[in-house]
This record gives sequence, C-alpha cells and structure tokens, in this order.
Amino acid sequence: MNSKLFAFVLLTISAAGLHPVEAGDVSVIIKNFDYSPMELSIAAGTTVVWKNLDGEPHTIASVDGMFRSPALDQNDSYSFTFNRPGVFKYICSIHPKMKAVITVK
Amino acid sequence: MTDTSRRDALKCLGVGAGTLFTLSGGVFSAFDMAEARIEEVGTPLFLQISDTHIGFNKDANPDVIGTLNGTIDAINALPQQPAFALHTGDVTHLSKAGEFDTASQLLSRLRVSELHVVPGEHDVTDGPGAEFFARFGKPSGNRGYYSFDAKGVHFIALVNVMNFKPNGLGALGEDQLNWLKGDLSGRSASQPIVVFAHMPLWTIYEPWGWGTGEGEEIASLLRRFGSVTVLNGHIHQIVQKVEGNILFHTARSTAYPQPVAGGAPGPGPLLVPPAQLPGMLGVTVAVADKKRRLSLTDTTLA
Repeated sequence: MNSKLFAFVLLTISAAGLHPVEAGDVSVIIKNFDYSPMELSIAAGTTVVWKNLDGEPHTIASVDGMFRSPALDQNDSYSFTFNRPGVFKYICSIHPKMKAVITVK
Repeated sequence: MTDTSRRDALKCLGVGAGTLFTLSGGVFSAFDMAEARIEEVGTPLFLQISDTHIGFNKDANPDVIGTLNGTIDAINALPQQPAFALHTGDVTHLSKAGEFDTASQLLSRLRVSELHVVPGEHDVTDGPGAEFFARFGKPSGNRGYYSFDAKGVHFIALVNVMNFKPNGLGALGEDQLNWLKGDLSGRSASQPIVVFAHMPLWTIYEPWGWGTGEGEEIASLLRRFGSVTVLNGHIHQIVQKVEGNILFHTARSTAYPQPVAGGAPGPGPLLVPPAQLPGMLGVTVAVADKKRRLSLTDTTLA
C-alpha cells in the first residue's frame, strides 16, 4: 500500500469510527503480517480491540481455543474481554506464523 | 445419488481460470493458451483453477467476479472440453456463505461437468465442518482428502490448510499422512499420479509459510512412481520444480497476483497497473496423449 492510500485508510477508520475504542480498552493493530504490540500485559476485565490494516484478511485465534475471530477484512475489528488472569497465546489461523501473547493479571 | 445428479451437484461446485500444462514423462512445458492447439496434441484431461477469492474487493482487483467470468469464458471457448476441473482452493476470500454461493453460481457456467475442490486457508477460517465442508465435503466424508481414478490416472486430493507447523508451514497431520500411505501402497509404479492441494507441497519460501511440513515425507512416497504431477495454488504465481519423475507446479490465481517470495513485507495482494493484471491471472490445462503422458499449459487472461 502506498503512503497516500495508507493515510487515507487511517483517516477513514478514524472518521468512520465503526469500532470505537472505549476508555480502558486496549488496541492491537495488525499490519504487514504482524500484531502490534506482540506482547501485551493487561488487567483482568480489560477489553482488547484488534484492527486489521492489511489488504489481506487475518484472524485472532487463541491457541487454547478460548477466543477465535472470524476472518477480518481490511479495516475490520474484533474485540474480546479478558475476565480471568492467565497467559493467552494467539495466532492468525490464516497465517499461523503470526503469533502474539496477552498476559492478564 | 444418480450419476447424473452427482455430476450436476459437482458442476455447482464450479471452476475458474487456469493454466494449460504439458507434462511429458513428468516434465511440464508451459505454453501460451492462444497458441495451444489442443486438438493436435490429444484430449484435454482436466484443468486447474485456483485462488478465485470471491469476496475480495480491494485495489489489487476490485472485480474478482469479472476476472473469474473471463476465465470461464476462455475455458468454455476451448475447442475440446476436459472431463473435469480441479479447484486448488481459496474459492472464497473470507469463508462467508454468500461468497461460496456466488462462487458456485459463477462456476456452474463451466461446460466442464465435474469439479473437484480442495480447501484453501481462506475457505476454512470458520473451522472444520463449516461452510466449505457443507458444500464440498461429500466426496471425502467431510475429511477433505480423497482419491479417484480417471482415464488411467490416479488423482489424490490433499488438505494442508487445517493443521500448521509451528514455523507456519502447512501440514497434513498424522491421520491424513497415514491415509496417503495406504492409498499409494501396492499401487503400480507405472500408473500416472496427480496430487493436488492448496499450499505448495514443497518448500518454496519458509518465511511466508509457502510449503508443507511433511513435504519430504510426501515426496518419498511418490518417488517410486514413473510420472507424478503435484499441483498447488496459494502463491498466485507460477513456480515449477522437477525432481526425478515428480513435477511440482503452482498455478496462477484468477483474482489477484502476489509478490515474488520475499519481495514485500508479507504475501498480501500485489497492486499492479490495471493493464498488467490480466497477464498475471490465469488457468492451467492438462492434456493427455495416447501414451498417457500429461502436458501442462499455463494460460493467462491477457
């Protein structure tokens, strides 16, 4: 994606606000086949919102099966609220080389 | 189910743009579809369509329905229709029911009467036993992998997108690998074999997961056969390798191209000038001669 188009996409997301990140929510961006941040530490009860900025769809699938998003197209979001402490690894089920982890305290 | 209704049902599964191949003694030579004179080299045995990605609507190709229709028109215009078509996966972009419905509707226009489909990872993001299997699971008892014989050739459909190795490569898993061993066991080495699956069955580029974890084990099962053709999709471009009597070949997509291995931050859609797009999409056609040798020809929409 060229930089102009990328800027447009960012602007569109922010203007459309289809999946607003509420106060206290934590955001994870998916871009260039990576989750950012790849390691996240949050308090129990926190909602994490993932947004896919790639032109290729991605998913968020926990290794232990606790959560699994549908395929997120470009600019789609998915959220999950972590209510219990633990270490939760997840991958993209379409591109399983994409890995990240969330630690809930 | 009667043979006729089965054919009708299979026809609903569809076919897309492909590649014409010529395989002689396990070695393929590709040639331009416009120059192919199939009636002179024998009967078209089958064609391969791949990566139709119905549901994709981004800049790399805002009209994947149009390019699939163009592919189908080109196939239907062949002077002789192959007996059947293989779709090597990523029928849809997001595994949605509506995308599968559209794909089936489009593919039903093919004059080819029978379609065999293996899933791509985009077709099964909703997990096992969901949309893909509800539509294409019947020939395999919902496993996805199965085999059949046609015109003396043994065809093997494999699924390498439901299990993954930790490094991101595709995998068959133990059950399927054991089934494959059994399917090949005791089979005459003189019978031509065609294996098809979505992700490449040999490692093309590990950093992008372009390969299958058990690739070497699969190849070792196939080496004793005199003519083996391995057909894959997934990478939206033609990459070919010959190893002994085994020809490995990946097909173009009918939807959008992808970068060459390592040529971008990731294996996403490749944006090219609109005039270049038709030349990067296509299908593959396999032609058999009287000696049961196969020829593969890759053809584009240009």
